[in-house]
Amino acid sequence: MNNKVAVYRKEHFNAAHRLHNSKWDENTNTSVFGKCNNPNFHGHNYELIVKVVGEPDVETGFVIDLKILSELIEENVLKKLDHKNLNLDVKEFENLNPTAENIAIVIYKILREKMDPALDLQVRLYETERNFVEYPHV
Amino acid sequence: MVYLTRLEHFNAAHKLYNPAWSQEKNEEFFGVCANENWHGHNFELYTTIKGNIDTETGFLYDVKKLSKLIQEKVIKKLDHKNLNMDVDFLQGKMCSTEVLAIEIWKQLQNHLPSGVQLHCIKLYETPRIYVEYFGE
Repeated sequence: MNNKVAVYRKEHFNAAHRLHNSKWDENTNTSVFGKCNNPNFHGHNYELIVKVVGEPDVETGFVIDLKILSELIEENVLKKLDHKNLNLDVKEFENLNPTAENIAIVIYKILREKMDPALDLQVRLYETERNFVEYPHV
Repeated sequence: MVYLTRLEHFNAAHKLYNPAWSQEKNEEFFGVCANENWHGHNFELYTTIKGNIDTETGFLYDVKKLSKLIQEKVIKKLDHKNLNMDVDFLQGKMCSTEVLAIEIWKQLQNHLPSGVQLHCIKLYETPRIYVEYFGE
């Protein structure tokens, strides 16, 4: 048995988006994505939970200083996504459909690069109170 | 007198922007909410009606009928839409949550049977921000 502990930081942002595949015609887009394909966009309040797993540092007792984690998310994720149009304003989605699944993967990749490789990371993203995704799947 | 509340939800894009103002003034006043490319929310809509209970049914009003009314008059027009661009009853209006609550009230107020009054529209823009309108 190890001493690994999971710590979590909850953040939120809101954004507009639409689900659209530019390689498909309008009928296919409407048939697959329904009202989520509205050309004038719609939007959500996203709730983001970032999970970090590791052993508490012997000197600080922290897995990760949650204030530092909060600032990391604020600087690298929320500034990029909050009050934005995911399709138009965020370069990661220039050629990627901004589904909850893809948003979670993008957030994970951004944070993974900034964090100690010894720590495990997982992102849970709520698009609505009823729809949420996790990446990576464990 | 009893009060009955039905909770519905919709999500939509919008921006806070006054076309009579310059871009700079809009950005200064509305900040990130003025993003010309829109942003969006999950809205939670609480519709409260009031009146006396029908002695034969035990109902103030059949809540299925209330739900259908809100769906028809409000949700169908707002859900997965751009509030500034797609909604007939918001044309030319500011799309703040305050204005939206008042306009939702107007969509519903004349469609309730006699003896049933609209009491409150409570509209959450985020889990942390909501407005209430009582028709006053």
